[in-house]
Amino acid sequence: MIEFRLPAMGSDMDQGTLLEWRVQPGDRVVRGQVLAVVDTAKAAIEVECWHEGIVHALLAKPGVTLPVGSLMAVLRAEGEDADEVTRSLAQRTGPEAGPIAPVPMPVAPVPQAVPAAAAAATPGERPRISPAARRRARELGIDPVRLAGHAGGGAVSLHDVEAAAQSAARPPASAVAVATAAGGARAHAMRQVIAAAMSRSKREIPHYYLAEDIAFERAAAWLAERNQGLPVSERLLSAAVLLKAVALALRRCPEFNGTWRDGGFVPGAGVHLGVAVAMREGGLVAPALHDVPTLDLATLTRALLDLVKRTRAGALRSSELADATITVTNLGDQGVGSVLGVIYPPQVALVGFGRVAQRPWVTGDGGLRAAPVVTATLAADHRASDGHRGALLLAEIRELLQEPDALDAREETR
Amino acid sequence: MPTTSYREALRAAHREALLRDERVFVMGEDVGRYGGSYAVTQGLLDEFGPERIRDTPLSELAFVGAGVGAALGGARPIVEVMTVNFSLLALDPIVNSAATIRHMSGGQFSIPLVVRMATGAGRQLAAQHSHSLEVWYAHVPGLKVLAPATVADARGMLWPALQDPDPVVIFEHAQLYNLQGELPDPAPPVDIARAAVRRSGRDFSLVTYGGSLPRAMAAADELAEAGLEAEVIDLRVLRPLDIATVLASVRKTHRLLVVDEGWRTCSLAAEVLAQVGEAAFYELDAPLARVCSEEVPIPYPKHLEDAALPMPPRIVAAARALCAAAP
Repeated sequence: MIEFRLPAMGSDMDQGTLLEWRVQPGDRVVRGQVLAVVDTAKAAIEVECWHEGIVHALLAKPGVTLPVGSLMAVLRAEGEDADEVTRSLAQRTGPEAGPIAPVPMPVAPVPQAVPAAAAAATPGERPRISPAARRRARELGIDPVRLAGHAGGGAVSLHDVEAAAQSAARPPASAVAVATAAGGARAHAMRQVIAAAMSRSKREIPHYYLAEDIAFERAAAWLAERNQGLPVSERLLSAAVLLKAVALALRRCPEFNGTWRDGGFVPGAGVHLGVAVAMREGGLVAPALHDVPTLDLATLTRALLDLVKRTRAGALRSSELADATITVTNLGDQGVGSVLGVIYPPQVALVGFGRVAQRPWVTGDGGLRAAPVVTATLAADHRASDGHRGALLLAEIRELLQEPDALDAREETR
Repeated sequence: MPTTSYREALRAAHREALLRDERVFVMGEDVGRYGGSYAVTQGLLDEFGPERIRDTPLSELAFVGAGVGAALGGARPIVEVMTVNFSLLALDPIVNSAATIRHMSGGQFSIPLVVRMATGAGRQLAAQHSHSLEVWYAHVPGLKVLAPATVADARGMLWPALQDPDPVVIFEHAQLYNLQGELPDPAPPVDIARAAVRRSGRDFSLVTYGGSLPRAMAAADELAEAGLEAEVIDLRVLRPLDIATVLASVRKTHRLLVVDEGWRTCSLAAEVLAQVGEAAFYELDAPLARVCSEEVPIPYPKHLEDAALPMPPRIVAAARALCAAAP
């Protein structure tokens, strides 16, 4: 029996609302397949599954809000006996079964930042709804799980269902209603999430900051040459060049690529750059670009544009929300010279770029002239690294940006 | 409408049977000269003579067994056993003989025997005279088990029981003998295959039988004053159970409380709840509920005896809990 639980898509997520299932019982599932769409405070996320198997039972109902770690569905492995799975499932969800403790998704372990309320919840317990109330609710198209029960033990009775049906002020909440929640509500929820994550960051992470002005002359010239004659849609972005430089630099300074968990640094399994994307209605999300060292600049540019587009459309995948090993923020478009960031916990570093601008630049031979320059900054967790290593990371980024051809190469080993 | 007592109604039923069918005779301890330990057969010895109103020795095994033989030989015996506790001495002729001979003879023989017995507590007769063991008989295929709880049923059940070609056990709750009730003249026929709805109500179904019926009705009256309307169903027939009548009520009220003076474990209440759970699960709006006797030998002291029995206050409390969310 393979359990599909609601993953924590980012350490700041403690619950999610199931919007829809993308699979049916009996469907064969491959690794990375999207099983469900879950609404979080940030966006509607396509949740992937990291097991192969056959969908045995979908336990969570669309429209229901679940704590992270809740058992949502059960898969059976190839060759596993369906009746056997049904039996073990019955044992798991029977009345004697205790609360199912929230378990982080295997591919995206997160620190124990689960709020007390979520930890105390009992996601495995079947809601108390009388059989008659269930049947009547089905007839009326009401989800009885969302109703407040007034019968003994807080059970939902026929009376509660009829009252809900009659109350025009309380239309049945549905997945659609959640999905189309007012932008204002979403923005508010996102604000709360950001507030919690950033407060935690500043409370827990001893930040230190470094900055380095980097000559962007060669990179800019290389880009101009590469993009010459290309239609706008195929031109490489300078942002992609910066991201690739960060990714390759992290290969050499791996202590910045990973998470701080349970009092120690855990290296990232790959270099997955979280890209801070500002949302139009306010707030931001930093979904991951996976395995950036393996991407050439054209591929990386496409991936970046696609990610930004999907982020703003609210069509992200769970792995994109959960996997980032470091965040890169680029506020150059807004015209600022540099950015000193706040680390997104449990990551241990954030690299920031200001705008690429013509500045007075002292050349190697002591001359002075105008040249394109970008200020790279590092906000890093002093628990995981020291300023000396941070300086090395920025130096690596600086040197890599002087070798645009090398940046375009795809790293094969991964 | 004339009023009569449960005891007098039973006596009238015996007279009717003795007059209508000369094969009918009455047999048991003290049924003749003493007039019956609950005075049901008082005066019958004088009217029908010692051949048809027969006092027996103090041996349930012997006189119930004799009843089986008499039925097998073509008579229509009515055997009175003083209490259900004593009937355990006659389980062999009832369970091993009366209930099985039609089956074991391939339908060649039947046992048209009626066994009447008193049952139940409430008269300070202590643990050897007060138990409610109806379910022991209701468990047995081959028997029909009746529990008249009203004057009309006391009057009307004996004759159809005697018409049954197979053995019928009739339970008379000892607290009902003095019950007064109206009885039309002539007495209406009684259907001994169906439960009876004693009171109509919308909020919950209150299923009971025998000596618990008056208590259930009292509880229903009290609940009605508080706005809770019970639908009271008198099972009347404990085997075979008329579950259809119970289910029809549950489909209306969606809540079920069973009141049974038997002990809770393996009780008739348990059987009714199980059958409703099986057949009407999706009609239920609250967990199935029951009020039974405490699982102790029925005590002798009055206050302890009352505490052990499903008295109206316990029924009222259970009904309120059952209907906690009713409008």
